[in-house]
Amino acid sequence: MNFSNFLLMRHEILLLAITLLLLVGEIFISKSKKSSLVHLAIFLFGIHTAVGFFQMDESSLFGGSFQTNNLIHFFKNVLNIGVFILLLQSADWIQEKIVNQDRGTEFFILLFTSLLGMYFMISSGDFLMFYIGLELSTLPVAALAAYETTKRKSSEAGIKLILSAALASGVSLFGISLLYATSGSIFFNDIIEVITSTNLTILGFILFFAGLSFKISLVPFHFWTADVYEGAPISVASYLSVISKGAAVFILMILMFTVFKPLMHIWENVVYVIALATMFIGNLFALRQQNMKRFLAFSSIAQAGFILLGLITGTQLGTATIVYFVMIYIFSNLAAFGVVQAISLKTGKENMDDYNGLYRTNPGLSLIMMLALFSLAGIPPVAGFFGKFFLFTAAASKGFYLLVFLAVVNVTISLYYYLLVVRAMFIRKSEDPIPFFKNKLYMRLGLLITVIGILVLGLYSPLYDYIYELSSIYN
Amino acid sequence: MDILTLFVIIPVLTIVALVFTKGLKQARLVSMVGSIIQLGMAINLVFAYFKERAINKEIMVFTKDYVWFEQFNIHYTIGVDGISVALLLLTAIIVLAGVFISWKISDLPKEFFISLLVLASGVYGFFISLDLFTMFVFYEIAVIPMYLLIGIWGSGPKEYSAMKLTLMLMGASAVLLVGILGIYFNSNADGGALTFNILEIAQVNIPFEAQKLFFPLTFVGFAVLGALFPFHTWSPDGHASAPTAVSMLHAGVLMKLGGYGIFRIAMFLLPAGAIYWSWFFIILAAIGVVYGAFGAIRQTDLKYINAYASVSHLGLVLFALMTLNKIAWNGAILQSLSHGLLTALFFALIGMIYGRTHTRDISKLGGMMKILPFIGAIYVITGLAYLGLPGFSGFVAEMNIFVGAFENPDMFQRILTVLVVSSIVITAVYILRLVGKIMMGPLVTNDCENLPKATWYEKTGILLLLIPIIGMGVAPLWLSDMIQESLQPFIQGVL
Repeated sequence: MNFSNFLLMRHEILLLAITLLLLVGEIFISKSKKSSLVHLAIFLFGIHTAVGFFQMDESSLFGGSFQTNNLIHFFKNVLNIGVFILLLQSADWIQEKIVNQDRGTEFFILLFTSLLGMYFMISSGDFLMFYIGLELSTLPVAALAAYETTKRKSSEAGIKLILSAALASGVSLFGISLLYATSGSIFFNDIIEVITSTNLTILGFILFFAGLSFKISLVPFHFWTADVYEGAPISVASYLSVISKGAAVFILMILMFTVFKPLMHIWENVVYVIALATMFIGNLFALRQQNMKRFLAFSSIAQAGFILLGLITGTQLGTATIVYFVMIYIFSNLAAFGVVQAISLKTGKENMDDYNGLYRTNPGLSLIMMLALFSLAGIPPVAGFFGKFFLFTAAASKGFYLLVFLAVVNVTISLYYYLLVVRAMFIRKSEDPIPFFKNKLYMRLGLLITVIGILVLGLYSPLYDYIYELSSIYN
Repeated sequence: MDILTLFVIIPVLTIVALVFTKGLKQARLVSMVGSIIQLGMAINLVFAYFKERAINKEIMVFTKDYVWFEQFNIHYTIGVDGISVALLLLTAIIVLAGVFISWKISDLPKEFFISLLVLASGVYGFFISLDLFTMFVFYEIAVIPMYLLIGIWGSGPKEYSAMKLTLMLMGASAVLLVGILGIYFNSNADGGALTFNILEIAQVNIPFEAQKLFFPLTFVGFAVLGALFPFHTWSPDGHASAPTAVSMLHAGVLMKLGGYGIFRIAMFLLPAGAIYWSWFFIILAAIGVVYGAFGAIRQTDLKYINAYASVSHLGLVLFALMTLNKIAWNGAILQSLSHGLLTALFFALIGMIYGRTHTRDISKLGGMMKILPFIGAIYVITGLAYLGLPGFSGFVAEMNIFVGAFENPDMFQRILTVLVVSSIVITAVYILRLVGKIMMGPLVTNDCENLPKATWYEKTGILLLLIPIIGMGVAPLWLSDMIQESLQPFIQGVL
């Protein structure tokens, strides 16, 4: 083995170095200067994100346990950008609320560790690496969910997340062991050769799928979502709904399109039913939510249902549309969470009614929120429309016209509740509106990047063509 | 920059300029300038079209094609024929008139004009598109500003109406999306590549089974916007709650997208499906015509009366399209144009009356002719044009439709035609009653004697609409020629 091969793990090594650096800094920097570590962490992560864009080879390491290719590399970059925006958006919250409790650096350490787990998860070449990655990405988030120790709901969220996550990964592990029992290997490439649709294999697949569905919060594995989002700090809810979900979708897609491809005639039906259930339940429950975090929780459940429309195809087109959609979804959802975060930080208000008359006092934030919601709903010319249209095209390419029809019915349902927020901000008037306030630099930067993403990602077509080209390995 | 893309660019530039304006005066000035440029471009386009037709044998002229999403074969393809040129001109007229009518909008003026122009750019884009995807994008861009326009600046139960309208139209576009995808994935039936290009798909023989399945989806998707019975319920509520300029634009232009889309996409691309389903949709359209007319009789709110009248008159467009007769088609397009102008004028007048008397209830209005002679006189003229008096645009259009519809020897269709013709009489009932009661009747209240006279901007808006109405009625031939030439591919393709 050549040391230059380690460059394939550039993302992982660099992020680990940053995490360790922060850990050292946490020990050696005096208490009064701790808040400078926030700037340092964001700065270092920005560099990490930028470095990620350099070209990388496609190969595998550790006898096939760790693999990387251009699509995986691209997706890690997308995750990086997402986390970077998230850091910008939560910087103010950390500086104002967390640093004086002397817990500022841990936030970054836990977050980066979780991201590291995701890198390993999506780069995994066998089920062992996959499982380690999955655990590494979940456990720190449970600690993060319980981060606001003064709030009871936050602790509740942490407990709920850790218990459900433990159960889910247990189920998943059982599925993996059944797959090992039938195929005699944990390496993806070996399993592809021997997998057949015997009952035991299918059972293994179903259990494995259930475990990952939990992370993506597909119905019926979604029960933890709303409570955890509501209790957890907004940054963490945002992280769960965007980064964590995106990574899980990505690895699920890779596995379904490679390892489980021979079982496609079976998982097609599973995905079909779960897609419908997820869209309908997510949307119908979102209709009556008042708390913005719960609202976005159900909305993000429904969005996951749409992603399954790309998953059901099992083709290059499906891969490309999923990656494209997830990327757009990251930007849109981060914009929505960013506005909720900004308002919550300044006023502590998190309910939809509190947003009444927001446009007249804070036009900028309202416009960003509207763009984000339109993007989530899929209204042109913002990016979400293109993401959804292509997902529907992917599903229709396989002849699933009924599924597409029911999905567009769901788009209309979702439009209703997205418009409720628009109505509150633009149409309703309030006796006691949220007063005008100016955001700090980090927050403004974080929101600006998301807005650029929402406006540009859809209209700029070469990006999709690039993703499609990268996706050629999964067809 | 080509002559057609400018129709999207100019409204967008106007919007950008509007962002930097302060206050009502600047905002309306900028919008007026932008809309005048659009109207100038539209008039210029008519002349350019005739010039181009003299040397170019193609039906579609000024075509341009840019690749957008290569993987899906999505292009930004544009081009116009006589029908789209006429509709572009209609849009430009109504947008400008709408800006004049909204001269005194007080609440959030900048945002109002921005939303109005977003809507306009969507409509322009829709009429110039020759690519299903691009067309669909513009369709949705045109619909979504309605929510804010009605919700923020509307009156009455505006939140309810805005939500109802948006959800029904977006639901329809969802159905339409499935239809479009169905057409797309059958566009390689003759062995070519998948394409969204309308002209290319028209050459393809899409399998009959697929046409049967996707025609109703595409048809209904567009027909909801054209207020097809029983999907018309958004329209009266939406019109009644919307501010004046929005009602004008919506009834005058946006609802025309429905008929145009049916003609250009559903019928042109799926001709066998159209023939197979025509008996069913013609019944719905005929019900809409008669039902709308009766609905208008029963209403007491001026805007509701006009909204139901629109359901009736646009039902006539759908009816004419479904008769599958070329004279009726010609009439359908003329009717779209004529109704667009007339209904916009009607809504403008209602807005002026409401702005002065603060009521739209006909029992509380009377003798307006005495106190508001200009508005009253125009109202009477519009009413007469609306019920199809010769010399105005309505007559030319309806005449064509009924002659064409009756030409078909099919007994079933003739009976329906007779039924539909009866709507003229019902229209006369509600229009004459309205004119008699609120214009000619005795004064109901005394305190309205000092109402302000029509202002210059109101008169300009009105004349902008009235001149083409009379022009169409007196000299319909140039328009008719333009449309008839463009009907050729439809006649070859569908009939």
